[in-house]
Amino acid sequence: MLLKKRVRVEAEVPQAGMADIAFLLLIFFLVVTTIDVDTGIGMVLPPPPDPGAEPPPIRQRNLMNVLVNAQGMILINEQPASLPEVKQLVMDFVDNQNRAQDPNLSESPRQAIVSIKTDRQTSYEIFIDMLDEVIGAYRQLRNDASLREFGITYREYTNRVSREDNIIREMYPQNISLAEPDPGS
Amino acid sequence: MSKFQKKQAKTKQQVPTTAMPDIIFMLLIFFMVVTVLREVDVQVRVDYTRAENIEKIEQKRLVSYIYIGPESLGGGRYGDTKVQIDDALIDDIFAIRRLMYDKLMEEHRLIVSIRADQRSEMGIVSDVKQELRQAGTLRINYSTLRKGTAQPM
Repeated sequence: MLLKKRVRVEAEVPQAGMADIAFLLLIFFLVVTTIDVDTGIGMVLPPPPDPGAEPPPIRQRNLMNVLVNAQGMILINEQPASLPEVKQLVMDFVDNQNRAQDPNLSESPRQAIVSIKTDRQTSYEIFIDMLDEVIGAYRQLRNDASLREFGITYREYTNRVSREDNIIREMYPQNISLAEPDPGS
Repeated sequence: MSKFQKKQAKTKQQVPTTAMPDIIFMLLIFFMVVTVLREVDVQVRVDYTRAENIEKIEQKRLVSYIYIGPESLGGGRYGDTKVQIDDALIDDIFAIRRLMYDKLMEEHRLIVSIRADQRSEMGIVSDVKQELRQAGTLRINYSTLRKGTAQPM
């Protein structure tokens, strides 16, 4: 028989360098990774308007008109206001039912609508500051309601219930209307 | 010879290194999973605004970005305010409608993150918003930073 005798060599991949390669890859991904958290103010836009349909009637007292001009000056229901006051004004307006019961302010939080209108020249920063204040007012109202009803903060409450079962969200819906800006001067 | 000779431990003082590659691999896999390679070159300058009452976007895969800001011309100079979607600057604002509609067809739960420069005017932001309404991409997010944080690189 002419069978060659084979020397069996154990097939081996050298493993000493593996750690180095892994290190190299690790460093690459470390450098490349940007754990940037996407934060922002979430909103849902209204669907495009039906050209034929009339806008639904809104009682004047349920509407809070916020106007912001290009200089950042604020007019709330024809009254000049400053940015730090806005939060309190919005809270008084939305929660009027449980507070002063002023006949000029909203009937109930569900019907209250805050309308923000800017000039075309208004800077984005001013607009965001304004929106932030309004959202802040709603957050505080929701938080207060949650503490009153359930004794926990709104954040905890939202973690415990699903979006559909969220009573407080229903109690204080964020009815914020962002009107198309005026052409301005 | 002193009586109180220090007793020396006979054990080897070595950190075991056999498990090191495993640990490194674990870290590697973590970073590989976390990494989202930046796929767009932002051609406009965006200085984010800051706000306090913000929320995190949890599902990053659903997010599509629209950048609004002055076009960077290189050398620290900036041009007019432009809108950028993906890799391209949009000249015709009405093109956004079709672009975003196509994106919405691919992903029905699309969230549009508007990353606008803080000094850009509301006019253009509003125009973009009207286009988004027409396209049907109604879930939006005004991208802002938390108050008191620095601008990212």
